Amino acid sequence: MKQLLMGNEAIALGAVRAGVSVVTGYPGTPSSEILETVAKRCREVYAEWSVNEKSALETAAGAAMSGARVMVTMKQVGLNVASDPLMSLNYTGIVGGMVIVAADDPGPVSSQTEQDTRRFGKFAKLAVFDPSSPEEAYLMIADAFDLSEKIKRPVLFRPTTRVCHGYASVELLPPLDVKRDTRFQRNSRFVIFPKLAYESHVVIEKTLKELSTADYPRNTLEGAGTLGIATGGVSHAYVSEALGGQLNCKLLKVSAYPFPVGVAERFLEGLTDVLVIEELDPVIEEELLLLSAEKKINVNIHGKRSGEVKNAGEFAPSEIAVIVNKFLGKDTAEATAQAPSNLPIRPPVLCAGCPHRGSFLAVKEACKGINAVFCGDIGCYTLGNAKPLDMVDTCLCMGAGITMAAGIKRADESKTTFAFVGDSTFFHTGISGIINAVYNNADEIIVILDNSATAMTGGQPHPGLGLVANGSPTAKISIENIVQAIGVQHIVKANAFDLDEAVSAVKSVLDKQGVRVIIFSGECIAVSKRRGKCVIDNDKCVNCGLCVTKLGCPALTLSGKTPTLDETLCNGCGLCAYVCGKGAIACE
Amino acid sequence: MNNLSVVIAGVGGQGTVLLSRLIGNAALTSGQDVRGAETIGMAQRGGSVVSHVRIGADTHSPLTPSHKADLLLAFEPGEAVRAFHLLADNAAVVALDRAVKPSVPQPFGEYDGASALAFLKENVSRLYIIEQEKLFRQISPKAANVALFGAAVGLGLLPLSIEQAKLAVRERVPEKFLSINLNALDVGANYFAEVTP
Ligand code: SF4
Ligand code: SF4
Ligand code: SF4
Repeated sequence: MKQLLMGNEAIALGAVRAGVSVVTGYPGTPSSEILETVAKRCREVYAEWSVNEKSALETAAGAAMSGARVMVTMKQVGLNVASDPLMSLNYTGIVGGMVIVAADDPGPVSSQTEQDTRRFGKFAKLAVFDPSSPEEAYLMIADAFDLSEKIKRPVLFRPTTRVCHGYASVELLPPLDVKRDTRFQRNSRFVIFPKLAYESHVVIEKTLKELSTADYPRNTLEGAGTLGIATGGVSHAYVSEALGGQLNCKLLKVSAYPFPVGVAERFLEGLTDVLVIEELDPVIEEELLLLSAEKKINVNIHGKRSGEVKNAGEFAPSEIAVIVNKFLGKDTAEATAQAPSNLPIRPPVLCAGCPHRGSFLAVKEACKGINAVFCGDIGCYTLGNAKPLDMVDTCLCMGAGITMAAGIKRADESKTTFAFVGDSTFFHTGISGIINAVYNNADEIIVILDNSATAMTGGQPHPGLGLVANGSPTAKISIENIVQAIGVQHIVKANAFDLDEAVSAVKSVLDKQGVRVIIFSGECIAVSKRRGKCVIDNDKCVNCGLCVTKLGCPALTLSGKTPTLDETLCNGCGLCAYVCGKGAIACE
Repeated sequence: MNNLSVVIAGVGGQGTVLLSRLIGNAALTSGQDVRGAETIGMAQRGGSVVSHVRIGADTHSPLTPSHKADLLLAFEPGEAVRAFHLLADNAAVVALDRAVKPSVPQPFGEYDGASALAFLKENVSRLYIIEQEKLFRQISPKAANVALFGAAVGLGLLPLSIEQAKLAVRERVPEKFLSINLNALDVGANYFAEVTP
């Protein structure tokens, strides 16, 4: 029977079908729903939100060394955090199948980089699976487990955003018969040493070579002729859509790496021209160039390197249709009416009633006339950079704000440095930054925004909440106690929705020295119920516009000079009432 | 039946994801293959969001290519215009008429949706505009997505009966919100009762 599944759900259910028994991960768009699906729908499988990707991968590594089938989920930049254990784990090897799902984000739609995990796979000497659709991902993840178990090394599985957040009707199949004997048995290869690394390296190279010449049924070759298109991942869907069921060229689909040289050589035979359509890096393109040089095949290769396909950003299916049609000598239908270009500009903004708006405003108010730098971090609060708040000067990667703020101060004494960090980011990689700051006598103010959720990725729990991935209770780890234990001398707390209290909290640490911490608490609107509602009293309002121009709350807009409060969006946080000097906004 | 591609355009937070799932679920239950894509991530915080639902066995791409959409359901006039390039020549558009104003200053001056509505009226022959004020007198604003679903079914723009639509709502919507959503479905389905599709 078919079910409508999001790609991430398909990956989760496919892994469970393949007998996965331990799943770990850290939330990150577009990967988060994979682990959520396991935690919600398959409670017999152990699933955990780890504090970061490195911890997730290491936890899973232990289980895989003990013979379990394990899966680790993260977004592409999460793989950077997990890369230290992963690089070495490939050398020690594992026993049970281990699949690391690292979701790439062409565009990027919701990420800091456009890195290509296929490239990472080559660097780390790992096999990589590249599904082109939710249906394929559902089946392919079982292949990934089988291969990993066969070669006794971890493998990468890298869907992209349009596979993860695409959806399709997927035929669900009965579970595979995967009997596991999970027992940790000592093995000298689990202790990495230079000698072992060398020996493993020899084996890894041999395995990769064998895999590159082996036939994998999902690496497919169809069609005939002197023109050929090579593609993989979701780009294959765009190419198929452009071809519209007529295959008057050769079509190579690469679904797994190391690059399959056997099928690729058969593809190149007899071709004059090849078009390569792939998002992110020209991985297939470069492999085809290498292969054609090695095999002395004379063929023109068109793609990113030749400038015919763009080398940054996400593909749109229509843009691929134009390139494919041109390559095949066909016309593309032209657009008719041109839509006007003066459409509203809508950058993402903090929600109406978001606690971060109050925190940013409090720091902004307290810092009037002060020469300050505001380091941001990864999470909803990156959106504090939007005008009118305009409170984020740097944003680099998870946990970087705290350490960067210390560094800025080392180079520019004249600045007062602030670092904003969310609760989940604090646990992820923020704590080590605070230890570094205290240890090295840094001078900065760290603002911890505790909104009781990993909000940007959909509100997953974290160690400060007393809940694990499937909602069961666990010990609650106090942010304040950690900061205290590290030895921070000045710690103040305030309610993010109480602007007076929040401003005085900031002021109280401004003239102090060393590492200072402010903890602002206020729940994300996705966590807590509506607080109430606010209305503007038009008799009292003097149309000064401050409530709109100071806050950037999506529920407040101006029509001419008159402010309008959209009651359906307002969460009654009361911030606009604070800002209004005329008492024209009443909240209940 | 032939393929049918539906595009849903709105602003993050308006419930496009549920709407696409309702259509997708209902189509699947009636025996059709479905694929599509959602906008999930940063843009859900008030950015422009688009969902795609493609019904029928021979679609490949989760995103609808330009000029291939048969139906556009829009929560807001400006977002309807933004998705206009996806529409086939004879596509139908069902749109709410009230502009969602961005909270950031606009380079082209104040946006009120008027020019977007005018563009739609000029360029879309099968245009069905829902007056939001009139609609919200009868339904909860939180159920606007389900009302749009109802309107599309009522107008015969989706290959679904109202019973199939109801079933999809029952399957997908949590118990405590069920009655407001079933009401929205009915109001939407009857909104254009006097219009002949
Ligand atoms: S999801 Fe929560 S934390 Fe994120 S912007 Fe909205 S209210 Fe703020
Ligand atoms: S701040 Fe107060 S007086 Fe000024 S526009 Fe807003 S509601 Fe009116
Ligand atoms: S109370 Fe004011 S600031 Fe808070 S959500 Fe409502 S309109 Fe926005």
